[in-house]
Formats: sequence, structure tokens, C-alpha cells
Amino acid sequence: MPDIAPLVRNGVSIDDTFAEAFDMRGTALILTAPTLRWARIAAVSMTGFATSIIGCGVEAGIDTELAPEATPDGRPGVRVLLFAGSTEELQKQVVNRVGQCVLTSPGSACYAGIGGTERLKLGDGLRYFADGWQISKRLPDRHIWRMPVMDGEFVCEGTTGLTTGAVGGGNLILMARSSEAALFAAEAAAEAIAAVPDAIAPFPGGIVRSGSKVGSKYKGMFASTNHLYCPTLRGAVPESELGPEIASVLELVIDGLTPDAVANAMRAGLGAIAAVGPERGACRVGAGNYGGKLGRHHYHLHALAPGGGR
Amino acid sequence: MTALRFVLRGAPDQRLDLSPLTPDGLAGLGLAAIAALPLQTGRHRVTVGDVFHVHPGDVAHIVIEGGSDRFDHVGEAMTSGVLEVEGDAGQQAGRLMAGGMLTIRGSSGGWAASGLRGGRVEILGDAGGFLGGPLSGERTGMRGGIVLVHGKAGARAADRLRRGLVIIEGDAGEHAGSGMVAGTLVVCGAAGALPGILMRRGTIVLGHPAELAPSFVVSGGAPLVFSGLLARAVAPVSEAAAGCVRQATARYAGDTAVSGKGEIFVAG
Repeated sequence: MPDIAPLVRNGVSIDDTFAEAFDMRGTALILTAPTLRWARIAAVSMTGFATSIIGCGVEAGIDTELAPEATPDGRPGVRVLLFAGSTEELQKQVVNRVGQCVLTSPGSACYAGIGGTERLKLGDGLRYFADGWQISKRLPDRHIWRMPVMDGEFVCEGTTGLTTGAVGGGNLILMARSSEAALFAAEAAAEAIAAVPDAIAPFPGGIVRSGSKVGSKYKGMFASTNHLYCPTLRGAVPESELGPEIASVLELVIDGLTPDAVANAMRAGLGAIAAVGPERGACRVGAGNYGGKLGRHHYHLHALAPGGGR
Repeated sequence: MTALRFVLRGAPDQRLDLSPLTPDGLAGLGLAAIAALPLQTGRHRVTVGDVFHVHPGDVAHIVIEGGSDRFDHVGEAMTSGVLEVEGDAGQQAGRLMAGGMLTIRGSSGGWAASGLRGGRVEILGDAGGFLGGPLSGERTGMRGGIVLVHGKAGARAADRLRRGLVIIEGDAGEHAGSGMVAGTLVVCGAAGALPGILMRRGTIVLGHPAELAPSFVVSGGAPLVFSGLLARAVAPVSEAAAGCVRQATARYAGDTAVSGKGEIFVAG
């Protein structure tokens, strides 16, 4: 338990600690379809199995849904964000995922969702699927590839933007007196984070139940269970972070295209957790860090707390 | 700052080369130096001062008051700024322009916007033949930029178009888009015979059905996603052209006499 007295908001105790986050490469895509339902299907498919770069190569999620007037082709759309540790890995994942999950989705089209001079191949890497029938079209505001497919044409922008200023690993660890309360508060936080532009929570439903620490007692394991936050190990682990009242812990992990986007998402999540209160939700909120030695982005919970910190 | 104005003294008695009168060509020159610039294309020396009253102003914005179909090479090789002609222009207006905006409030002669690389050429009247096209011996025509003709265009508009957008809000002569390599041509009015003949790639949008070469083949309806993108891209230049794109229902592929990767959309 932290030595310094916690900040309390609406009965929820906020630890005097910080989330330690890392530089990442990030990009955004806009997927459109004849209906929002099919744009969502394409987006869910391409951001599937993309919770952590540890095992998935990329962290991805839906940023926001877009009305027809906000998309390049005037159809309903979804903006997705993808993050990876290197440009090469992000490039590989973008082409693979668009090729397997968006190109294949009925009526879909794919466009850059972020600008910038640094670019990742999109249609430029997928055009060969058209086997020589691809059409390059340079419009005043974008360069597209048109690829004949069985339901008509797959339109895909040539490139999308890349940002090297993205941040991954913002987090909130919420602790509750029951698993139901923990999930209720986590769902409220995930919903609030989902509304923040340029940020995603890539885990299932935005929530992680198996927070990890770096390393393991087993050779070859890069990450293992965060035993300090496991309620069932409270008695067995003397240095456990959990007090006797805590029965369940859930984590929210946040990636953003900018450091500010991550801060805004954490602020929104903290606000939602505090608004739920300790009776129905979490009684305490902490954050994961490595002592500040690994990641250069430190998000102090007290500075992000509702109503300002001290 | 007001525009630099050239007011026509009287109808010229020979064809004139107005290519020096661009923001690039006049940058850094005083009024006396500008008035002394030669414009003749024949044996008799004619200077700017002989043809125009010159009124000082911003060299980045030039207005030629009073046009003539003997004013050739207006705005040639411009890279920036604005050039307006309050009347007609002769041959090769806007040829090889790379940027800026040329507006001709009358009609232009042949080869307007020939070899255009960038910028925008707008002709409020009619355009002559080979709009945007190459001169003899050149392999490609326009390589970028936007051309908008509010009136009619002569034969072989957008000949060998390589890149860029050509919009003709009125009728087009025969063989519009002949030998197109890529790019986009929109003809809102009636197109003459055999549009797109020998086109290799690129997109032609016709506001009305036209006599196509038999080497064009029916290939289904207009693709909705691309049509939507094209209409949105064209709308800021010409709402009439955007309307044609939105109304396109039929698609023809061709010219199969060559590579056959071009397309003609026809509004229903």
C-alpha cells in the first residue's frame, strides 16, 4: 500500500502514483461501407486479436463511428487506430489486416485516417491483389487504388499517415470489493474512454483482467501475471498491493495518437470511476509503472483526478 | 494592393506572344522595363507599351483588360499568382503552366492548357481544339492541374491526357479524350463522335449518351464508391460536373483497341 495518504473523490481513493507509458508508432484508418453495420463488422474484424503487441504484434481498436458526411466517400464509416513498437511491424500489420479483414468485407472501402508526411503503405501494398486490373486514380485531395472484386470495386487510399509521437500503455488499475463492482466501474470507465478522440483501450471491451508484470520465473516468458494485484495471492504474497477489503481488480490500458490523447482518456476514465462511487464500483484506483525507468511518459493520477489534484 | 493592369490600346495588327506577362516573368521589373518588353512574333518590333497602357499594381495579380484572338501564349509557364484576361485569348493559353490561376473571360484558341502541369485554367467562353493536348511531336498532353471550360470545346479535348482534371460544361467536339493515358475528363454537354478513342487508361464522364467506338464494351453500372469520391472531388470546381458524375449509371471499358483499361461513364 502507498505510504502517502490517497486523494479521495466521491469516496473513491486515488493512489499517489503514476502510469508509465511508452513511445509507439501509431496510425489511423477510416473504413466505410454501405451501412454502419458493415463498416463496424470490417472494423471489428481488422482490430480483432490486437490487444497487446506482446502477442499480437499490434494494438488496435475502434476510435469512433463516423456519419456519412464525415467520411471521404459519403458513406457510414468507422475510424480505427493501430499502434506498434516499430514502423516495420506497423506496416506489416496494416497491410495484412486491411488485406484480410477489410478488402474481404462486403462493400468496404479504406482511407487514411491521419495526415502527416511520414506514410505507411495501404493500397500501395495491396493493389497487386487486382492482378493487373488495379486502377490508380489521383484525385485533388487523395490518391486511391480501385481494385475489381466480386461485389464491384474495392477502393483503397494509397497510403495513410504515420505518427512516431504515439503513446502506449497509459493505464488505470481499479480495485473493488466485489467482482461485480469492479466490472461495473470498469465498464463505465471504458465507455468514457471510448468517447475520447485519438485514443483506444485495445483489450476486450476496453478492460484487462489479467494485468501483467515484466518477466517471469520461467525462462522465455516476457510477461507474467501481476501477482501483486491478484486477490487470491494476498495472503501468500507479503508485498501484495491489496488491502483486505479488495476482492477484485481490473485494469484499463490506453493507447493514443498523442500524449494528450492518453491523458484525456485517463482523465475521462478516472472521472467515470469516481462518478460511480465505491458502493457500486471501485473503492480505490491505482496505476501501473516500472519506477519511471522504462517509459518516458508519466501520467500522475492526482494530476488527472476529477476536480484537479493537489 | 490593386492588380497590375494592362489596358489594350487597340486591336493588335499582328499575332502577339504574351508569355512575358506573367507574375513570374514580371517579378522585379519596373514599369519602364515592363513597357519595353517585346511581344512581337513577326518582323516588326512591338513592345508592351505599344499595345497596352500599363497601370501599376501587384505583379502577383495581373489583369489584361481587352482581349484578342491574336494574344497567344497567355500565361505560358506560369508557376504562381493570378492572371485574368478580360476578353479572348489566342493559341496555347496557359501552356505548360505549373501553378497559379489563369482566367480567360472570353474564349480561347487551340491548345489552351497544353501540357499543363499544375494550377488552374478557367475559360468562361469556348475553347478551341486540343484543349490540354500536346503539340506535334510531344508524347503526352496535360500532366496535372485543373481546366474548366464553361462553354464548348473543340475537337480532341484532353488529347493524351496524362494526369489532371478537365471539365467542359458545354459540348465537346469529336474525339474528346482521344489517346488518354490517365486523368479525368468530364463533358457535361453533348460529346462529338468517338469520345475516348484509343484511350489507354483514365476516366471520361459524359453527361449525355454519345457515339462510342465499337471497341468500347459495356462493363456494368458506374461504381458507386468511386463515383461518390469523384463527385466530391469535382464539386468544388464545377457543381454541374459533379452532377454529371452523380447521374452516371452506365460504364463502358475501353478502348480495347489498345490496353482497354480506360472507362467512360455515361449519365442516364
